[in-house]
Order: sequence, then structure tokens, then C-alpha cells
Amino acid sequence: MLTTTLEGNPEHLVEIDDIYFHYNHSTHNLYEGLSMAIPRGKITAVMGPSGIGKTTLLRLIGGQLRPQQGQIRFAGQNIPSLKRSELYQLRKRMSMLFQSGALFSDMTVYDNIAFPLREHSRLSEELIETIVLLKLEAVGLRGARHLMPAELSGGMSRRAALARSIALDPELIMYDEPFAGQDPISMGVIIKLIKELNESLGLTSIIVTHDVEEVLTIADYVYIIADKQVVGHGTPEQLLNSDNALVHQFLHGEADGPVPFHYRAPTLADELLGAGDAK
Amino acid sequence: MLNKVAALGQATLNSIAGAGAALIMLTRALVGKPQLRKSWPLLMQQMYSVGVMSLIIIVVSGLFIGMVLGLQGYTILVDFGAEQSLGPMVALSLLRELGPVVTALLFAGRAGSALTAEIGLMKATEQLSSLEMMAVDPLRRVIAPRFWAGLYSMPILAAVFSAVGIYGGYLVGVRWLGVDDGAFWSVMQANVEWGHDIMNGIIKSVVFAFVVTWIALHKGFNCTPTSVGISKATTSTVVTASLAVLGLDFVLTALMFG
Repeated sequence: MLTTTLEGNPEHLVEIDDIYFHYNHSTHNLYEGLSMAIPRGKITAVMGPSGIGKTTLLRLIGGQLRPQQGQIRFAGQNIPSLKRSELYQLRKRMSMLFQSGALFSDMTVYDNIAFPLREHSRLSEELIETIVLLKLEAVGLRGARHLMPAELSGGMSRRAALARSIALDPELIMYDEPFAGQDPISMGVIIKLIKELNESLGLTSIIVTHDVEEVLTIADYVYIIADKQVVGHGTPEQLLNSDNALVHQFLHGEADGPVPFHYRAPTLADELLGAGDAK
Repeated sequence: MLNKVAALGQATLNSIAGAGAALIMLTRALVGKPQLRKSWPLLMQQMYSVGVMSLIIIVVSGLFIGMVLGLQGYTILVDFGAEQSLGPMVALSLLRELGPVVTALLFAGRAGSALTAEIGLMKATEQLSSLEMMAVDPLRRVIAPRFWAGLYSMPILAAVFSAVGIYGGYLVGVRWLGVDDGAFWSVMQANVEWGHDIMNGIIKSVVFAFVVTWIALHKGFNCTPTSVGISKATTSTVVTASLAVLGLDFVLTALMFG
């Protein structure tokens, strides 16, 4: 668990402070006293086993979900306490790359990227066209602007969505599993884009993933979540040398360890001999 | 026994919570500063999608229902020598009941199910979430134009249904079975009142439009974002909206004509 004082540190763009969260339909807490700080201008990776609530964390930062307890501050503003209109204003300063890309299926790639500009600015169509083409050039899809999302490959969809997410020049980009289901070439392209965009645009990036190898090459700082809390954090080098058994198991992809290979069950001998609960 | 009572109580609470969520959704979608520059093109697009695209099923159904009314009405009325009353019988049946009710049922099946499936799929593919994260309210952007389009389209569709149905009754009664042309129209004109018959029919279709569109949008917006969830929500839209229309029709008829 993070123990340093977070509040008011200008080096942190996002501060998550002792949050407790469970979904309304469940009484099972996803987080219990989770804290972390996202440094400005850096790439921060959040990793952990599947089902631990990594995507939920991004939704909490984006204000789509509210924790039952604790604070989530973006540039000093406590997101859960904001009014609806204030939250929408704040969201103009952040964006999120969804796992599916989430491009609007009834619009071309061009219109998808022009969408946030048309919604939030009164720029002329000529200027919007210039901005869209520049964003598409940055992700290498200027030639694909007339295509519909259904005509794009998985990697191209993700790149088009990335172009859309930088359309308004946000301060923070949250990447939800950006490498999932990508071929090696597409993965390499996305890694390169995340790194380059972060440096050239001065962004702060949060990458939620469990692709250890890929993310450790670009992350400046890494958090590992398990058991409803942060179990390890530090630079990639610090974590690779960590003696925490869970961190070690996760980063080295070991099948058995603190996260057991077998789902909870009676012993095989008991089960086969009829002593255990067969169900 | 106690479990059954608890389950009934839980189901009641869930229903109330669902109705509350639907009301909050609609209020948030509709209350706020109007933005004509952005909402007008979206409204036109949705009017085409839910209104114009429903025209074929409405026209064909209206024609056949009018023709059946003409045929059935004639066979009954001719026994009493009252076949000249065929015009008002067809017109009043359509304007007061069949026009608004059948249009609402067809609208629930054709446009309501499409609205639920479309919004459910937008939710499943994270398009609604991405709107939120782009600081665009999905309720104002996605729900509001579809709601207004449904509310405006259905009364127009009901009027088209009734007009085509009356023409269908005319074709069968006058052209095929030989009812006097002048009597068909003049007796109809004498017996159909603007306020009592036509206006009440319009009020019914507006109420049905509100309810059917609201149910369709709520089911889509609150569905479980999986293929099974969307399928269930779509079925639920058609069933719930149809039952609501039929139940409300009785209440409205009792208030208007009882």
C-alpha cells in the first residue's frame, strides 16, 4: 500500500487516495484502501491479474463510477464530489482509449476524429480538416480517413481511436488494454505511438494492461494491483528486482504462487473418493 | 412461504427502482438548454430512421386492416339494410382505436426493437462510454433525438394508417361490394367529429408514442451489454410496450368515450 502523502503534490496529475469501491449489484469490495499517484508527463502502467478491476480504476478516474469512500483527484479536483456539469468540463482535459476502440460505427474514420472537435469547438470545417489530417498523420492513417470502422483491422481501429483521443490535446490519456489481441507489428506500432505521443505532446499516460514485457519497455513507473490494494510500485527495474512473491509471480508469468493455479476446491483425492463436495 | 413474500417484495422494489431509473434517464435527456444547431440534424436523421423507415409496414398494414373492416362491416350491416353506415363504421374504428393502437404495436415491433438493439449495441461496444469520456452526454446526444423522433413520428404514422385504412375500406365497400359512393363519404362526414373522434385519436397516439419510445430507449440504455442482454432487452421492449399500449388504451378509451 502506498504510504506517502499524496495531497497537493503538483508533480502528480492524478491522485487516488484510500478508495473503497464495490459495484452496486455486489457487496464484494474491488478495492479496499487503494492509493496511488500518477506523475505528470510520465507513462504509468497499472498491472495486475485478470478480474482485479484495472478497467474499473480508469472508469473511476474518468468519473464514470464513484467510489464508496476515498478521494480521486485530477489536477487537485476531487472527481467524485464534482457536479455533473463540472465533471463534463473536466473530461475535456482527459481522454480514454477503450479496449474495443469504441469508434462510432455509423461514421467514417475522418468523422470519428472530427467528432470531439465539432462538439467542443466552433472551428471552421477547413481548420477541423487540417487538425484531423494532422492527427491521422501522427497515427499513420491519413490514407484511411474515408473508411468506415467496420473496414479497419483491430490494430487500425485502435490507432484511429488513438487519433480521436488526442483530437482535443488532452492532459491525460488512459489506455485500457491497448495491446490486447494485437499482432506483433500492430503491437510495435502502438507501443511506438504511445511513447512518441507522450513525449511530443507532453501528455500524462496511464496504461492498464497485463502485457508485462511490452509495457515495461515504455513505462516510467509501474503499479501492481492485487488483493484489492497496490502490492508493489516503482520503476520497471525496481519491480523486476522486487522480492515480493506476488510481484515476482506476476512479472515472470509463473503459473503457481500466491495466485494459485487451481481454483478453490477440495483435494482431488477427496473428490474422487467421494469425500469432497462434487459441486 | 416467507421466501416467496421476500421474492415478491424484491421484485416490487426492482420494478419501482427500474421505473425511477427510466424517469431519471428521460428527465436528464430532455431537461437542459436546447442546442438547435446540433440537435436539429440528429432529429432529422432519427425521424428518417424511426419514422420514414416505418412507413411501408404502416401503409401495408393500414390498407389490409381497412379492407378487412370494410368486408366484415359490410357483411354485418347488409343484414340490417344499414350498409350505408359502412363509412362511419370504418372511419370511427380506425380513428378512435385501430389507428393509434395498431400503429403503436407495429411501431414497438419495428422501430422500438431497433432503438433498443441499437443503443444496447452502442453500450456493448463502449460507444456510450466513449461519448461520456469525450465530455458528450450520451443522454442528450443519443437518447434525446431518438425520443423526440419517436414522439413526433408515431402520431403522423397513426394518421397515415387511418387514412390508408379508410381508403382500404372504401375500395372494398364501394368499389367491390357496391355501397353507394356518396353515402359512404357523406355519412362518414356527418358522423365523425373533429374534437370527439379525431382529437382523441391523436391524443391516444401521442400517449402511446411517449410510452413506447420511452420503454424502448430505457431498455436499450439499461441493458446488460452482452449479446444475451441485448436480445432480452429487445424482446422485453416489444412485450412491455405492447402490453402498456393495450392497457393504456383501455384506460384512455374509458376516460374519453366511457
